[in-house]
Amino acid sequence: MRRFALFVLWCLVMTTPAWAQSPSVVGPVRSVSQQGLMLDLSLDVLAAAAYFSDQPNLNFGGHDPNSRGFTLENVELALGATVDPYLRADANIVFTLDNGESSVEVEEAYFTTLALPYRLQLIGGQFVTRFGRINPQHPHMWDFADQPVIANRLFGPDGLRNPGVQLSWLAPLPVYLELIASAQNANGETAASFLYNEGEVVGGYTLIARDVHHASDLLYMGRIRTAANPVDTMEMVLGGSALFGPNASDTDARTEIYGADFYAKWRPLSAERGFPFVAFQTEGMWRHYQTPGTPLHDRGLYAQALWGFVPRWVAGARVEYANGGDGTDPLRDHRLRVSPNVTFYPSEFSKWRLQYDADLAQHMGGKTGHAVFLQVEFLIGSHGAHTF
Amino acid sequence: MTRWIMTVALLLSGSVLPLVTAVIPAAGAPLKIVTTTEDLASIAREVGGSSVEVQSLTRGTQDPHHLEARPSLILKASNADLFIEMGAELEIGWAPALLVAARNPAIQPGAPGFLDTSAGIEMLEVPTGRVDRSEGDVHPMGNPHYHLDPENGRRITDAIAEKLAALRPAQAAQFDANRKAFVQRLDHAIARWTAAMQPYRGARIVTYHKSWSYFTHRFGLQVAGYVEPKPGIPPTPTHLQQLIPLMKQERVTLILMEPYFSHDVPDLLARETGAAVLVLPPSVGGAEGVTDYIGLFDYLVGRLSAALARKATP
Repeated sequence: MRRFALFVLWCLVMTTPAWAQSPSVVGPVRSVSQQGLMLDLSLDVLAAAAYFSDQPNLNFGGHDPNSRGFTLENVELALGATVDPYLRADANIVFTLDNGESSVEVEEAYFTTLALPYRLQLIGGQFVTRFGRINPQHPHMWDFADQPVIANRLFGPDGLRNPGVQLSWLAPLPVYLELIASAQNANGETAASFLYNEGEVVGGYTLIARDVHHASDLLYMGRIRTAANPVDTMEMVLGGSALFGPNASDTDARTEIYGADFYAKWRPLSAERGFPFVAFQTEGMWRHYQTPGTPLHDRGLYAQALWGFVPRWVAGARVEYANGGDGTDPLRDHRLRVSPNVTFYPSEFSKWRLQYDADLAQHMGGKTGHAVFLQVEFLIGSHGAHTF
Repeated sequence: MTRWIMTVALLLSGSVLPLVTAVIPAAGAPLKIVTTTEDLASIAREVGGSSVEVQSLTRGTQDPHHLEARPSLILKASNADLFIEMGAELEIGWAPALLVAARNPAIQPGAPGFLDTSAGIEMLEVPTGRVDRSEGDVHPMGNPHYHLDPENGRRITDAIAEKLAALRPAQAAQFDANRKAFVQRLDHAIARWTAAMQPYRGARIVTYHKSWSYFTHRFGLQVAGYVEPKPGIPPTPTHLQQLIPLMKQERVTLILMEPYFSHDVPDLLARETGAAVLVLPPSVGGAEGVTDYIGLFDYLVGRLSAALARKATP
């Protein structure tokens, strides 16, 4: 059964005409002048000033404002271009600064096929897992200064991403229906609910080293996405995702994560520079994590609304809930958070955001934590358009 | 354990199914054309006649700079045999992402089913010297609103006819006949519009965005200034303090604006200077009754000449 599935995948890749026609030998690489060359090349900087009522604070995200004072959240170098008539390439190289120590993350570096038949598309390389809405978004696309609590808990401080392949298909129907399936490595700190790293502790269990022996030791995702636009001014997107992979709490333990997401955006046809608009987004996730003892169950939800009330100004509010049933573990306790914010976009290439978080975490003993962020983003160069 | 195998197998079987049941379009089926604007759609309909089925991704009332690659648009592009865009970076914010997501090899840039009508157009306002965003939302390739010169409409028509003939050689003669008939109608109309606008050559106006450069260039109107201090940058008090005396000094009688901008600032300028505000659609479908390319200019020339005539005889 499993071999058959892989065989079918292999056949699809090898028998498509576009691939068969592509030259088998790459000629000498010509140098091309920058002018006129279609290359998206941009540098995006996301930084924040933050105040937290309590230290240590409750922002565990790798790109969240995470200390009193200033945080350089994310410096992203993005490159994207068409490789040849068959492929497009995209890469996001992220530079971070932690206590004076600079580091580089290969956030994404992948190809996307442009010429597969039958509305198929293959992605390969290092890429963010297309689970739900928030995980595939880079930090500068977020509508709030910090990562949703449940995404942080299930996918770790940097989100779920790893090397692998993804096949997607757009159904030839009068309605939008997209099916996505991917296989990626399950190890490392960008797969926190899965093999993660040896020695890390999840729900009280110290993780062991697990290697890849079978296809079942990889991480698999399936996603279905559908959309409707009942009127020209409104677009709605509904998605469901599932993840299956091994976890390292035991030699044969496995994790399953399920999610549902909904996004709706209203904008009049006479919008001025994209304003006004109202956008609503919600996403719920549930995790079943096998251990040597009782399995861990975590669930969480966020819902956010954004209102672009006049050109360049957006007001937003987000409410969140997460619970893993362990009142002492900061990553699994009962948590409620409310975050109003307001964002000013002087142009399409910069933004200023003021946000307040009211945080009620069970492990803090019923005391409400407060946080205020002033975030700035600026982008130079040309940056590829974002997905809706 | 088996659950994930089932899921993957299910998704894959969904992908394999169309390999078996691939639908080959019937020979007589109309060519499906998707355009980025209503103006291109109108011209494509004129050239393609009954052999084509044309859909525009934007409405005439929408600002074509600010769109998103929404699933409903992706769906339209995924079905298309031909994708026509204005190019010159007008659609840069959304069309590239849309084309990748559409999974339609036929309409990718460089493929036979892709057409950028800006090739061969003499672009206005191509920046020379320093190009950076301190000048606002500049278009390095020039002003992309070139459809507002009806002479360029003829070039767009030629480009579409050539493309249709390449995609459907059997119908090339029909497309060429349609092209000739439309260009002839357009030429007659251009003569009519030029005559109607003749008395107002040299009239000074202010426009909101730089959407109207090709139109004013063709009909000899002088643009004394813009409501926007820089393209894409909303008006500021400082800019208005300079614009108001300039408008008085230059005897500007008309403020021309697109339907998708706020009236507040143009109304204020009108109160301060005595000029009239005229809202005109820069695209087909942007106002009631404006249903095709020739109709757009009939409307623009009619409204504009009437407004200028009113101002000339106070």
